[in-house]
Amino acid sequence: MTTGRSGARRAPQRHLPLQVLLGFLVVYFLVPFWWIIVNSSKDAPGLFGGGNTLWFADRVDYFGNLRQLFTYDGGIYGRWILNSTLYAFAGGIGATILAVMAGYGFAKYRFAGRRLSFSVLLGALMVPATALVIPTFVMFSGLGLTNTIWAVILPSLLNPFGVYLMHVYARDAVPDEILDAARADGAGEVRTFLQVALPLMRPAVVTVLLLSAVASWNNYFLPVAMLSDNRLFPVTVGLGLWQGIASANNAGTTSLWSLIILGALVSVIPLIVAFFTLQRHWRGGLSVGGLR
Amino acid sequence: MTLLIEESAPSTQEKAHKARGTVRLREHLMGWLFVGPFALVFLALLIAPLAYALYLSLFRKKLIGGTSFVLFDNYVKAFTDPSFLSGAWFVVRFSLVAIPLQIVIALAMALVLDAVTSAFARFSRLMIFLPYAIPTVIGAVMWGFLYSRSFGPLSDVFGLFGATAPDFLGGNLIFYGLVNVVTWQWAGYYMIILYAALQGIDPTLYEAARMDGAGRRQIALRIKIPLIAPALLLILVFALIGTLQFFNEPQFLRFLAAGTIGPDFTPNMYAYQQAFALANFNYGSAISFALGGIVFAGVYAFLFFTRKRRSFL
Repeated sequence: MTTGRSGARRAPQRHLPLQVLLGFLVVYFLVPFWWIIVNSSKDAPGLFGGGNTLWFADRVDYFGNLRQLFTYDGGIYGRWILNSTLYAFAGGIGATILAVMAGYGFAKYRFAGRRLSFSVLLGALMVPATALVIPTFVMFSGLGLTNTIWAVILPSLLNPFGVYLMHVYARDAVPDEILDAARADGAGEVRTFLQVALPLMRPAVVTVLLLSAVASWNNYFLPVAMLSDNRLFPVTVGLGLWQGIASANNAGTTSLWSLIILGALVSVIPLIVAFFTLQRHWRGGLSVGGLR
Repeated sequence: MTLLIEESAPSTQEKAHKARGTVRLREHLMGWLFVGPFALVFLALLIAPLAYALYLSLFRKKLIGGTSFVLFDNYVKAFTDPSFLSGAWFVVRFSLVAIPLQIVIALAMALVLDAVTSAFARFSRLMIFLPYAIPTVIGAVMWGFLYSRSFGPLSDVFGLFGATAPDFLGGNLIFYGLVNVVTWQWAGYYMIILYAALQGIDPTLYEAARMDGAGRRQIALRIKIPLIAPALLLILVFALIGTLQFFNEPQFLRFLAAGTIGPDFTPNMYAYQQAFALANFNYGSAISFALGGIVFAGVYAFLFFTRKRRSFL
């Protein structure tokens, strides 16, 4: 999106008052990050001993805190991170495969029941996901699936918005003529999809993958309902567990608060890295959903 | 699925597809082959739970006498239950304040970032978006600490002026405390969607407007904003769906704001408490279903009234 546009623009625009305004906004959006980076360097006395809450304490001990974080309670934190990674990858990749296929199918084939199914899909965009948690829990518990990794992975395969996004993108970015040409050259439908259409849909595929993976990584309501074994928790639910314990002990009795702060910081690093490394791809994919 | 196939005939308008019967059958098959896997997941994980929630909500489990069919009794109970009603009233009030605020901020930021092209603007764009990459619960934890009187900077800042810090985790201020958390978390995401839409506008339109004597502000108000109306509608719908089912942030801040946020603070929290703390799945389902129904009807009505030729649906 941006590359196509930059050619049309002439000189870069630098509007000083607006840049100052942006500066203030950036500070607002970064304050919590700054607080968490600074305070994860502190130990429990540094955290509670007064001192400046927006600046480092005398003793900066990231490594000591990290060692504590990853060894506390038999290294459960590392397990939570691995669980989150598994849920994000399995849920993200699965949801993306389903969404790409369905979006392409809706965009490029005129099959019986297409219109009706597509309106049902659009209706589903408006169904709040949390309304599904309780009945899904009861259903899964009947099937013996609660408190297993499947209880978290299976529901994250459902991504109606991803299908919608892929549909819009495939409709515009994959011309019928190219598909017909591939077919005329003797390629089968599957091969046409994989080798001709898929490369054209790449920005949207990256976007859907990233959004589904992030949704799985960030999920809290579903796993907190589904899982009771803390060794299966994703990091969001794990930190919630710690926060409940720390609050019940009324701050200070354990060093759990400093673990929670550092744990929160560590848990967001993978997502930030994913967004930054893929940012050139996903933004192009996002624009279509909002334009039509 | 058979029902779906019978109900709608294949559309015959597409000229390229008015082929012979065998080709058409093949096209139906291929279409369903691509859509089928998602359709199965959709049926199993969306339609089935919805139907099941509706079913569950029609029963009531008693300690003595087992489960009995009560029809809409659970709904009658919900809509006369002060806990449900106060939670529902909270999310409605919350939506009325938080959603317009987020959208206005996101729109303003997107317009600024579309007009200013400097290295700092590109950097700002990423930084403003950053909170979206943070799990909502972690965002709530971060702000919870910032609000906190024992670890947060508020008391330091207000102490400089000899004032006592406002307690965003208590009393009436929790409302604004949560508005701030949600705005911080989502405004950047909405901004990116709007920004991407702005980038999709053909720049020759601005050229033409400038020739006609339009200034920066007029271009923004009369060209940019109308052209990204579908994107605005999209984020408004997202915000409505998300805000009405508010759960993660207040659930997490409960630990830090004990006493202010009860287990029935929002309808979703109340449903969660009924189902998982009190093992009352029937009433929990009724609350979930009622809430889902309200959200669906609300969004649908909203889309109906704002319907335009180029809306996103």
